Amino acid sequence: MRHIISVLVENEFGVLSRISGLFSGRGFNIESLCVAESLDPTTSTMTIVTTGNDAIIEQILKQLNKLINVIKVTDFKEMDYVSREMILVKLHADEKTREEILRMVEIFRGKIIDVSTKTYTLLITGDEEKLKAFLTLIKPLGIKELVRTGPIAMARGDRTIKPKEKQTKGGEENGEDVLR
Amino acid sequence: MKKTGAQILIESLKMEGVDTIFCYPGGATLYITDALHYSDIKQIVVRHEQGAVHAADGYSRASGKVGVSLVTSGPGATNTVTGIATACMDSIPLVIFSCQVNTMLIGNDAFQEADIVGITRPCTKHSYLVKDVKDLARIIKEAFYIARSGRPGPVLIDISKDVSAATCDFKYPDKVFIRSYQPTYIGHLGQIKKALKTIASSKRPVLYTGGGIISSGASQELLKFAEKLSLPITNTLMGLGGFPGNHPLFLGMLGMHGTYAANMAITESDLIIAIGSRFDDRATGKVEEFAPHAKIIHVDIDPTSISKNIKVDIPIVGDSKHVLKKMVEIIEKDEEDFKDHHTNIAEWIQKIDQWKKDYPLTYVRNGILKPQYVIERIYELTKGNAIIATEVGQNQMWAAQFFKFLKPRTILTSGGLGTMGYGFPASIGAQVAFPKSLVIDIAGDGSIQMNIQELATAVQFKLPVKIVILNNKYLGMVRQWQELFYEKRYTWTHMDHAPDFVKLAEAYGAAGYRITKEEEVDDILQKAFRNNKTTIIDVQVNPEECVYPMVPAGAPLKDMLLV
Repeated sequence: MRHIISVLVENEFGVLSRISGLFSGRGFNIESLCVAESLDPTTSTMTIVTTGNDAIIEQILKQLNKLINVIKVTDFKEMDYVSREMILVKLHADEKTREEILRMVEIFRGKIIDVSTKTYTLLITGDEEKLKAFLTLIKPLGIKELVRTGPIAMARGDRTIKPKEKQTKGGEENGEDVLR
Repeated sequence: MKKTGAQILIESLKMEGVDTIFCYPGGATLYITDALHYSDIKQIVVRHEQGAVHAADGYSRASGKVGVSLVTSGPGATNTVTGIATACMDSIPLVIFSCQVNTMLIGNDAFQEADIVGITRPCTKHSYLVKDVKDLARIIKEAFYIARSGRPGPVLIDISKDVSAATCDFKYPDKVFIRSYQPTYIGHLGQIKKALKTIASSKRPVLYTGGGIISSGASQELLKFAEKLSLPITNTLMGLGGFPGNHPLFLGMLGMHGTYAANMAITESDLIIAIGSRFDDRATGKVEEFAPHAKIIHVDIDPTSISKNIKVDIPIVGDSKHVLKKMVEIIEKDEEDFKDHHTNIAEWIQKIDQWKKDYPLTYVRNGILKPQYVIERIYELTKGNAIIATEVGQNQMWAAQFFKFLKPRTILTSGGLGTMGYGFPASIGAQVAFPKSLVIDIAGDGSIQMNIQELATAVQFKLPVKIVILNNKYLGMVRQWQELFYEKRYTWTHMDHAPDFVKLAEAYGAAGYRITKEEEVDDILQKAFRNNKTTIIDVQVNPEECVYPMVPAGAPLKDMLLV
């Protein structure tokens, strides 16, 4: 099963490698990973696309939560969400194909962001299905290069993925050794 | 008042109540070692950094405090990796200070530079690189808190050399708040009640407990709980000592070299109550056939342990001590709910007692000196009043089987990682924590050679550790597998080029004894236990002895090979 997981982390060096190391060290697969600073600059949001059965996903979520720098983990499977990814694609553009490319860009509501005598560079955003459809149609025109971001996602409606509120349970805030 | 990073480190250690560090110097530690020169923190200088971490680990396991070690950059830091991984697998709270090259040199492949934070990331609970002296005190405070709270574990702090020289105002924080780290101590009350209800209606329950009982200090609560409901109980290797080894409800260890009674009880039970144990493959045998008829209740502070290997019916995330206390409280309050319980399980207890009687741990005595006999005698002579460290392999399993651990924190053994060379430095750490206790390292001739250089440390610091080498001139456990599963091709396992351990002990300034037959055992052990020196006892045991019972790897627990 494919899952989109959102991970809110401390915006510190080394955190990304802790996350990716967790996946590689435990043999979990990362399909894509998008990271950037979030609204609060002390935190970053990572959107991870991964696959696995329920048991594997449960472990991934728990293991992510266990990392000290991880503030909040959300599996979008549990809610309605919107997701978008972006691709940049450079195409051969000669007299024969220029028209067709422009038409495609218009239909898919993309943008041409760079032009040369032989090429067009296009920007397209959308969900996975849309990008898949676009690429199928554009492929015969001759793709020279392609980069894509992997999806970012957000819950639908007024639901937000807030970090955990400060908890006081356990009384361990002061660092005393509560185990003894 | 301004202090240097080195002074801040030492002041912070004092604030954490650290009285001992296990260390090894180098270029990058110089400011810190110099500052330590003026401090009253006890400094146990080892002979290899791996020894420093194992010693800190042994100190921690024996005392319950956080173990601390300090090493230099590059090779000093990389030498700690095995020790850190060992502590991580067994959830032992350590803080390891490694020193790093100057901040401006980091990433330049400088002399004695290693990315130790990167190298140890998968085997620490957390780690820090300190590049600014202003962060140092806060990081140390956080590190100690992380190391000992929740599921404990090792935390590494890598300090650049210039940070140890730089100055800033020192104020040790009195609170830690890490927004992303808030372990759950208090088990969910609804789940606890559900668990108790299930226990009350069970007919063949078994308690299966592990190292979590030791680290949360829950052994008194466990005893009360088990006795109240007359629950038969088995421990993992890491759980030994968490329940008195001579108690009538105790079945012995379970798993690959567990007792017949423990493994059969697990196999035939209708309810497993797992507390602070993580269903390691050495304990479960073939996972699909582990406790096939049983519902499973699992109490653990670490949610990742729950349903990782075995699917759990009633999970309770929380500290073992807290959950057990709560359970006992409820049982005492609602005694009515348990009025039929003892009758319900009477037949089961009877069956288990019969197993215990019919298939006790045993070995053949045939005039040749047997390792099991030696361990039994150590137990009898000390009356269980000793701290036992073990190496890894047959020596470890015989110690687990034939020494009855009566109290928590009396067995120091590398359970998760299975680190040969662990026991001796760990026993040094335990002896530092308890100078007056009898500390015995039960070793094999193979394992002891992995960190034998620490003899110099033990002698230098006058630590009267007793090293009992069960010398069979083989890497015995691997040899046993070769005998059983590889048609006796003893490739690489015959260790007949070992040193003369008695002479070796003497060369280091320790005492050395040799035992070759049964009649000498009591006499020499007593002599060794009474002397006040670091002592090696080279016991020449039967080279062909195997550890039984044995569940072959990947087989279900019921398929035990008996003696």
